[in-house]
This record gives sequence, structure tokens and C-alpha cells, in this order.
Amino acid sequence: MRRLKYWQAISEATVQCMEGDPNILIAGIGVDDHKGMFGTTRGAFQRFGRSRVFDIPNCENAMAGIAIGAAAVGKRPLVVHPRNDFMFLAMDQIFNLAAKWKYMYGTQAGVPVVFRGIVGRGWGQGATHSQSLQATFAHFPGLHVAAPASPADAKGLLVSALQGSTPVVLLENRALYELEGDVAEAPTPIPFGQGRIIREGNDITIVGASLMAYEADRAADILGEKGIRAEVIDPRSMRPLDERIILDSLRKTGHLVVADTSWAAYGFAAEVAAVAAEKGFAFLKAPVRRITLPDCPAPVSEPLEKAFHPSPMTIVQACLEVLQSEVSSVRGLRDVQERFTGPY
Amino acid sequence: MGISKEEILSLLRGMLRIRCLEETLAERYQEQEMQTPTHFSIGQEATAVGVCSALEQQDVIYSGHRCHAHYLAKGGPLLGLVGELYGREVGCARGRGGSVHLTDAGSGVIASSAILGQTIAVAVGSAWAFSLDHSRRVAVAFFGDGAVEEGIFHESLNFAALHKVPVLFVCENNLYSTHSSLAVRQPAGIQIYERARAYSLPSRQVDGNDVAAVFQATREAVEWCRSGRGPYFLEGLTYRWREHVGPLWDYDAGYRTKAEVEEWMARCPIKRLSEQLLRDGLCSEGELRRWREEIQQEIAHAIVVAKSSPFPSVQCLLEGTY
Ligand SMILES: Cc1ncc(C[n+]2csc(CCOP(=O)(O)OP(=O)(O)O)c2C)c(N)n1
Repeated sequence: MRRLKYWQAISEATVQCMEGDPNILIAGIGVDDHKGMFGTTRGAFQRFGRSRVFDIPNCENAMAGIAIGAAAVGKRPLVVHPRNDFMFLAMDQIFNLAAKWKYMYGTQAGVPVVFRGIVGRGWGQGATHSQSLQATFAHFPGLHVAAPASPADAKGLLVSALQGSTPVVLLENRALYELEGDVAEAPTPIPFGQGRIIREGNDITIVGASLMAYEADRAADILGEKGIRAEVIDPRSMRPLDERIILDSLRKTGHLVVADTSWAAYGFAAEVAAVAAEKGFAFLKAPVRRITLPDCPAPVSEPLEKAFHPSPMTIVQACLEVLQSEVSSVRGLRDVQERFTGPY
Repeated sequence: MGISKEEILSLLRGMLRIRCLEETLAERYQEQEMQTPTHFSIGQEATAVGVCSALEQQDVIYSGHRCHAHYLAKGGPLLGLVGELYGREVGCARGRGGSVHLTDAGSGVIASSAILGQTIAVAVGSAWAFSLDHSRRVAVAFFGDGAVEEGIFHESLNFAALHKVPVLFVCENNLYSTHSSLAVRQPAGIQIYERARAYSLPSRQVDGNDVAAVFQATREAVEWCRSGRGPYFLEGLTYRWREHVGPLWDYDAGYRTKAEVEEWMARCPIKRLSEQLLRDGLCSEGELRRWREEIQQEIAHAIVVAKSSPFPSVQCLLEGTY
């Protein structure tokens, strides 16, 4: 096993899948430039060049349709969006067509299009460049939606996406790109709908995906110092959602905190809470707690932005409250974003 | 229509003010106190100033992510911009929106937006409202060559032409969208302004680094719009000097050559006009120096005021959502 950064794992998965399947194409704004989408498309461009890696005009809506059309006749387009927020322009094609294709046309074959969208955050990315659209995408049957938290998962889920027959949306939080972890050399798929226990514990379950899985794990460190053993669950995909892994944990701990990078209303945290209420009610010893964004668009001004995004300390605090713990003063933890400096 | 001495001097001063401010901001940006992704317009001042100087106060403009110059040229207060970049309550969007969401209702800067092409349609909407009200007002949509590729551009032109709304489309063609040149994004053999003609719009291409040419062309265009004849399309050829987003130079990024950047810098709209005016005796070195001093003072003052003014209160985080 080697250690790779999150972006390197994505790059490696892409190159390996493209080597294995000549039908895979990459399309996206700037996928071939010097930044190579945080390095994730750099390797593929160096290896395969312009015949398979396409810089595109600014045409999110049409590009989604173009990808669907190419997929309908045998290609496997991987469309990359520098911000998932730009995918709002592509939603008609994704929801009204790709997601429905197989069912609506009564066909055996779906359209295997894969969309990667990057979630920005921090440095005043602001209202339209730092949203996390997992709940939006996961609302619609017919899509697979995942948001990997670790380099290994980023690789495995992308491999799964590029080998499957279902349209997939993968969301990657920008704050994770430099994170390092063990990654297997072989391109082994991780199936959608299979969560991962990041750490075991008996006292409380914290569910979080993507950046929040990482933050939940850091929160669990702090709780551990106070003798509270949190179990951290990363569902990895939002659709399908691994309900079993959440319920099994809940059976053990009886307490649930769900952390998400988006808003509470109708969101991912709401979905997990609903699973707990519907199917794990008997296990619950306390009300479920959701940690989500305040109900306003993302502000730019630094103090507002800081207050806007949940931190690991928000998770710690929520766990203590759910457990009605007497412990209150815990050491602080730096926000993941504090490592990030400008210029952007 | 000729340009009066007063007008030409004001065009030059307007560009100089924007240039001085943006250069100062680019320098100060590196102190990491302005935490908002910023797209500088350095090198592109002539289109903003040329167009906005031909508008009336009651006319409105819309812009995209590269909006500083448009905001200032239309009369947006300097402190509103500086305060916004510093995330302060005195910012034009009260620190909520950042560099890409400049607005100032008083001077007719309705909105700017970081989603490509978004405001093109919104400008058409305002113009539509003006025509429904039989008003003389005109709406302007500023956008780049990159936004032309979005579906909304075409949908907006179609609607505007159909309803003959008083909107002026201004495409600032700076040859690049982020790091991608026009050649890899749009088919060769047809210019952007020519495409507008397919929607029956009168359209013209101007040297976007020649402020007088832009000003003259806009006066004619606005006259056309005001007289109820419908939309008009202007394409200004210009060039962005700095990196796409951020305060630095990007010679070494590989997507354009240093020679190309320098060639365009030699065509600096400010240098060009000031040299011409000096040559023609319409202004003096001393006058230019005095302008610069006045402008620098204004800028320094705005920065001091912005930095010493309060950040929005965290207690007010949710305020304004509804
Ligand atoms: C819908 C959408 N797609 C992509 C982007 C990312 N993006 C921001 S600015 C930009 C380049 C735009 O180029 P152009 O319109 O020519 O303006 P310029 O930056 O050259 O002033 C791109 C691709 C975006 N903000 N919105």
C-alpha cells in the first residue's frame, strides 16, 4: 500500500480506468490546463492527450446532454465541473433525462455518464461557489450519488462509477484534495451503497460524509480525550444510502449526531435522521441532532464565513449535548480551512 | 458626433481612477486581508469607461465576475467596492457578496454575478420592463467572450430581439476564458459580433482599448435602443493583463506567452490616450500627475475607512435571507 493524496488517487483511478476502457472520455472546463482540475485530470491529459481529454466551451447544459448522447451509443464520458454549483445549469439533462433514461425508455442499458463536481469553501467563495449539492442530486431516483472522504474511497468510488451502467454524480470537497491516505495500487471498485466505519465506539454515533466524515473523526479524537467513545460512520454514498451500517451502529450506541455541509431542510442529515426515526426508533435514547449550515446563503465576509461553516468543535459540542454530558470545557481544534491561505 | 475636450479628459480620468485602484488593490490583496476571489480588470478599463460614460444616470448595468471596472465607471462609490473586498459592513453588499457581487442601486449598478451568463438574461428583463413602461431607460449587459458559449446568451438575444427591448449587449472579448483561448472554444471563421446578427441585432466590433471609439459606438448604440428600435450588440476587443482570478501575473502558466501579454500592454488604453492628449496639447504632464495624486488620496482614504470600519456582526448572520 502506498500513501497518496486525495487528488492523486482520483488521477490514478482515472488513468487506470481509461487504460482499461478506451470508451472513457474526459470533458470539462480547463481539464487540460496547467492546474488540471486540482491535478485530478493532469495525469490523464499527459497520458492520453487531446484525443480523450477535452477542454470544453462554457456549456454546462449542452455538455450534459452531449455526454448522455455519447453514452447512449457506447462512450463513457466523465464530465468534470470546477464547482458543483455550475451543475445547476446541467440539471435538466441530469434529472429529466440521464436519471430517467433506463426506466422511462424501458431499456436494459442506462446511460453511464459520470459527473464530478467540486465543492468549494472558504476564502470568501461565497454564495454561488461553495454549495454542497449532495441532497439535491440524491433526491432523484436513477442516479448514484457519492461524496468520498478519503483518498482510497475517492479512487474506489470513481472506479465503480466508470465501470458501472448507472449515471453517477461524485462530489469532492476542495478541502480534501491534499489529504493523504493508504490507497491500493489496483483499481478496485467500491460499490455504491456501502458505508464505512471510520472508528468504532459504543457511546454515540456520528454520521458524516465527505469533509464531515473527516471532521467527525477529528471530533471523535477530542471526545475520546474525555472518555467518550464515538463511532464514526461515513456512508460514502448518499444514494443508495447504507442504512444498515447506520442502524447497526445506532443499536450499539443509542445516540446519533449527523453532520453535513449543506442545509438541514430536506437534506442529507434529514434523510439519515428519518432512517433513524423510522427504522431505529427503538434504539434511540435521545433525540437525533443534525449539524448543518445556518439557513442563509454562504457569506463572504470572514467572520460571517467562519460562523457559517460547522467545525469539528460544533460536532463535539453537539455530541456532549446529546449525551447530556457534564463535560464542557474541551480543548479547541483548528478549522480545517485555516490551513488554507489565499490568494483565492 | 465629436467628442468634446471635457468628455475626452473625463474618459481618461475615469480609466486612470480604475487602474490606480485596481493596482493598489492587487498589491494589498497579497496581504491576505481581502478574502474574496477577485478578478481584476487591469488592461480592460476602456470598455467599461467608454460604455458607461455614454449612459445616463437612470440607465442600468449588469456585470459578471469581472465587475470592478463596470461598477466604478457607472458611478458605484469607491468605498463600497473597497469595503466589500475587505468584507466590511460598509461594502456595497454589506460584506455578504464579495468581489463578484457588486451592486449600487443609486448609480444603476443593479447586479453582478459569478455564474457565467446569468445576468445577460436579467439585463434583458430590466430592458423589457423599461419598454413595457414606455420608459427611455436602457439596460446594459456586460459579459466576456466565455459567456457567449452559454445557452442563456442565445436565449437572451432571441428574446430581446423578438420583443425589441432596449438592451445593449456588451461583449468584452479578452480572448480567454480562464486558461482557454477562443480557438479551443468557438468555431473559427466567424466573429462574436457577427453571430448577434443572426438574431437580427445591429452589431459592431470596436477596439476595446480605444476608449473614444467605445464611447462613440456606445452613444450610437444607446440612441438606437432609446428610440425603441430594440437591442444592440457591441463587441470590444481587449485583453486581461493579470491572472484570471487573483492579483498576480501568470506568464509562466503556459496558456499564453509573455510576448502576447506585452504586446497588449503596449496597447494600454490609458497610455495610448494620455500620450495622444499630451501630443495634442489637451492636457499636461502636471495635470496627469495631479490627477494621480488626487486619485491615490481618494483610494488611500477609502482603504483606511474600510479597514477601520466594522465587520458584519455574527449575530446578524441570518439577517437578510428573507
Ligand atoms: C456557469 C459557469 N461556468 C463556469 C464558470 C467558471 N468560470 C468563471 S469565470 C470563467 C471564464 C469566463 O470567461 P469570460 O466570460 O470570457 O470572462 P473573462 O474572465 O475573460 O473576463 C469561467 C469559466 C462559472 N463561473 N459559471
